[in-house]
Amino acid sequence: MKLVIVIIKPFKLDEVRDALTAVGVHGMTVTEVKGYGRQKGHTEIYRGAEYTVNFLPKLKIEVVIADELEDKVIAAVSSAAKTGQIGDGKIFVYDIDRAVRIRTGETDNDAL
Amino acid sequence: MTKPAVTRYGMMGGIAILMAMATTSVFAQAAAQPAKIDAGDTAWMISATGLVLMMSIPVLALFYAGMVRKKNVLATMAQTLAAVALGSILWVAIGYSLAFTGEGPAVGTFERLMLNGMGMLTISPLAKTIPESVFMMYQMTFAVITVALVAGAVADRMRFSAFLWFVAGWLLLVYVPIAHWVWGGGFLATAGVIDFAGGLVVHLNAGIAGLVACLVLGARRGYGTDNLAPYDLSLAVIGTGLLWVGWFGFNGGSALSAGPRAGYAILATHLAACAGVLTWMVLEWWDRGRPSVLGMISGAIAGLGTITPASGFVLPWHGIVIGIAAGAICYWGCTKLKTKLGYDDSLDVFGVHGIGGATGTILAGVFAVAAVGETAGLLEGNSQQVLLQLYGVVATLLWSGIVTFVLLKVIGFFVPLRVRDEDERAGLDVSLHGESLQ
Repeated sequence: MKLVIVIIKPFKLDEVRDALTAVGVHGMTVTEVKGYGRQKGHTEIYRGAEYTVNFLPKLKIEVVIADELEDKVIAAVSSAAKTGQIGDGKIFVYDIDRAVRIRTGETDNDAL
Repeated sequence: MTKPAVTRYGMMGGIAILMAMATTSVFAQAAAQPAKIDAGDTAWMISATGLVLMMSIPVLALFYAGMVRKKNVLATMAQTLAAVALGSILWVAIGYSLAFTGEGPAVGTFERLMLNGMGMLTISPLAKTIPESVFMMYQMTFAVITVALVAGAVADRMRFSAFLWFVAGWLLLVYVPIAHWVWGGGFLATAGVIDFAGGLVVHLNAGIAGLVACLVLGARRGYGTDNLAPYDLSLAVIGTGLLWVGWFGFNGGSALSAGPRAGYAILATHLAACAGVLTWMVLEWWDRGRPSVLGMISGAIAGLGTITPASGFVLPWHGIVIGIAAGAICYWGCTKLKTKLGYDDSLDVFGVHGIGGATGTILAGVFAVAAVGETAGLLEGNSQQVLLQLYGVVATLLWSGIVTFVLLKVIGFFVPLRVRDEDERAGLDVSLHGESLQ
């Protein structure tokens, strides 16, 4: 199993969810986060006072998938979240040792 | 057929004579007894009183709270609320009497202490067609909003207990004398200085006091380095819209009657606000690349504050000219002058109200039209009026500046003016009031 963590622009959530559903991902966890990479931040001006906002609002999506879905998921997210502009986000993939569905006690791939 | 007609004409003639007699007697009464309560004037002044009170609660609270950080929203609202509550009681107890009775050059009398002698039918010589209770309360709403305005300059850092002492002291030692000088028959009124609705008494007064207060208290923690961006500008936009409407009562009500002068004042006020919005918007767009919403609402308040002293003395279209001047000068004050001098006037009380109030007071002397307010300005050949207006500005500036400074130093001797550093960091809502927005 793999844990895929995806950081995206907030307005891309619906497209990414649809793309993930289309390749067979049935659930995900989404968190509102702030951060920056190459995009850095932007400046805001309030009556002449200039503030640099370093941390921009992003969404973090966490999905756990069966190993064989890895490439499909990465391809789906990459195309759905892409605008071509700086700040589109990143995808990280981790190995997962174990998964349990609490209600039924099913484990690993059956629990996803 | 004929007879009834004759009777009818006879009756109509009789009614006409009766009406003529009644009219004559009304005029005779008016001439013999000039102070007579007029229902129309009273109705308008009660409405205007409501509008101006609304400008403090909830509107100034919303306007200010929207521009501070989230951790200081409730504390900022608490300042306005407390200024209204405490200021109103003090106004009734002593403020009104000292500001609006007697004709001493510096201050009034104790004649109306605790409203002593004010009855249902008494009328102030300063407002001859409305009950004194309405006049007293209308003026009360001006007093409390002026104190509440000052709080914006020291938002995010002033201790609440010190602020309460400041409200009491400032209302009685600064607002009351200046209101008497300008509106209560004091030396500025006698000299001929004109201030229709408070360019000197309210705006310049609050602006200077705010500047002095922010210098005495010192800058906010993190000023110039940390991000002090407003919590929710949408609250400030709502506040601005309601202030704008309230200003119709503020300036229109200052006619103290429901007549053409109130109409002119309201029209000039509205046009100045519009011109202020557009001017600030264009300048910021050109100067910084984007027209900000905070800039547009700042332009509105600048236009409104600046037209205030001139509103009942000028032609409506002068409102546009004064609004443009307001937008430009206050934009410079808030974005260039403040940065250059380095003081931390949190919500630009000086930049908007102080600079706007002084500008408007001087421009009132330029544009005043004798046919509107019985005072001619520079454009009608009375250059003396501009000098008189400058005299009013200097007197207000000196008194407000010096007394505010001394008052804060005295209060600071007994109560720390600022919250502790860690309390400022945690936010005033939780540290002063034990509450917070989630």
